[in-house]
Amino acid sequence: MRLTACAAFLVAGCAKPFQHGEDVDAGSPSFSTEIHASPKLTSIESAETDGLGRPVRVACVTCHGVRDAGAGFPENAAVLKDFHAGLSVAHGALSCKACHVDRHGGPPMLRLATGEELATSDAIRLCAQCHGPKYQDYLHGSHGGMNGYWDLGRGPRLRNHCVDCHDPHVPKYQPSRPVLPPKDRFVTPAPVGSHHG
Amino acid sequence: MDKAKRRTLKVLGSTLGAAAFAYAIEPLRAWASDMSLGELLQKHYRELTPDEMRAVLARLEADAEAKYGREVTIEDIRPTPGVELGYALNLSVCIGCRKCAEACHVENNHDRTTNNSYIRVLEMEQGSFDLEKGTTTYDHAVPSPGKYYLPVQCQQCDNAPCVKVCPVQATWKESDGIVVVDYNWCIGCRYCEAACPYHARRFNWSKPEIPAEEINPNQSYLSNRVRPQGVVEKCTFCLHRTRKGLLPACLEACPTGARVFGNLLDPNSEIRWVLAHKRVYVLKEELGTRPRFFYYFDN
Ligand code: SF4
Ligand code: SF4
Repeated sequence: MRLTACAAFLVAGCAKPFQHGEDVDAGSPSFSTEIHASPKLTSIESAETDGLGRPVRVACVTCHGVRDAGAGFPENAAVLKDFHAGLSVAHGALSCKACHVDRHGGPPMLRLATGEELATSDAIRLCAQCHGPKYQDYLHGSHGGMNGYWDLGRGPRLRNHCVDCHDPHVPKYQPSRPVLPPKDRFVTPAPVGSHHG
Repeated sequence: MDKAKRRTLKVLGSTLGAAAFAYAIEPLRAWASDMSLGELLQKHYRELTPDEMRAVLARLEADAEAKYGREVTIEDIRPTPGVELGYALNLSVCIGCRKCAEACHVENNHDRTTNNSYIRVLEMEQGSFDLEKGTTTYDHAVPSPGKYYLPVQCQQCDNAPCVKVCPVQATWKESDGIVVVDYNWCIGCRYCEAACPYHARRFNWSKPEIPAEEINPNQSYLSNRVRPQGVVEKCTFCLHRTRKGLLPACLEACPTGARVFGNLLDPNSEIRWVLAHKRVYVLKEELGTRPRFFYYFDN
């Protein structure tokens, strides 16, 4: 059976959005989707670099596992002097404690709005509590990118973690130069002022 | 040899016995030195028996090694029953970085000197949906304020004008929705290029130049093998990857996750979720081309 696409859905959505062939039952997937375990979740860049010029990363627990800062967390990043000095934070009006558990000694933990504590590797749940619609998009493969197989019956998939693309302290995606400038004949810039400029 | 002749010869070849034909064209062969007899006599993709196909692939692999100095594997990968491939792109998150176009360039063995890619990313004024007004030559930090970015590649139309105009049926739609070209049957008339409303087809004006070490050796007959000079080519949704269940190269390269790919027939697929939950658009809907490529904005 081959019906044409419902014209209405193209502008406003309709009950049966897509009808090209018969639906199939893809069964339950034999392979799984993994989320990238970003090193950013459990370590921080130091000033040292390795042989390839990349910054050496230091696990958070190296300091936070043993050190007792005593005074508790600061209200904002500006007062940090000895450690994490120069950390820029541009994430709404959030204070450190909005996301980080205010405790020293033991592995650093995150905190949900409910008070529930969370390992830093589970940060997606923390992001999701404010960014619900984005999280829904992410869960349905329409935000965040992936690698591997579209067909989980034939192979696994690796998803990006929020922090792979967004610095949690400055989450706005930073502008950058585009790659591969086109050189084909369609794209010669038209003379200024011409109709096709 | 000029293309009209080549076509006439192919038509002739199918009516004469192969041996008689080979004898008859022997003088022509002397000056058509860049084309092997096998290539000249090759049948249409869809008429090749499995044995003939194996021979053709072996010949093409040997050719590729001779011309480009790289050992390659050229497969003939067929559509999977129960699969119709579809693509959707979230214009709210695309930043116009052209990483998709670059990934296409590398994956599909495009000519290095022209930066060819099956994807053009248009920089558009916010509020406009007229693709003829977009610019592709932008070279400043992206995303730029007041703009949005519209990547355009083959829309794998169900009612494809490019297929209808081909005088020799060198291009057709396969059962999984992909519109393909038999590069060895294409006569290079470029009717399809003119007929495509999305500027999705490319003509090989010269022999593609690619350094041996940059050649992607995982190739297929209908997709990313290096195309000959003088034929038309187009995006195949990376069928050499996607028919094996893998994601297309442009999707993997996209840093924003703007791209969604999958089986339109599987009601639990991501692409179906997008079609059901987002306000989806197709380009130039009024032309009735019925694309398999959908665009949407976040609500
Ligand atoms: S987008 Fe162009 S090349 Fe692709 S199927 Fe449609 S008409 Fe053909
Ligand atoms: S790679 Fe993704 S974000 Fe970049 S231009 Fe292509 S679709 Fe847009």
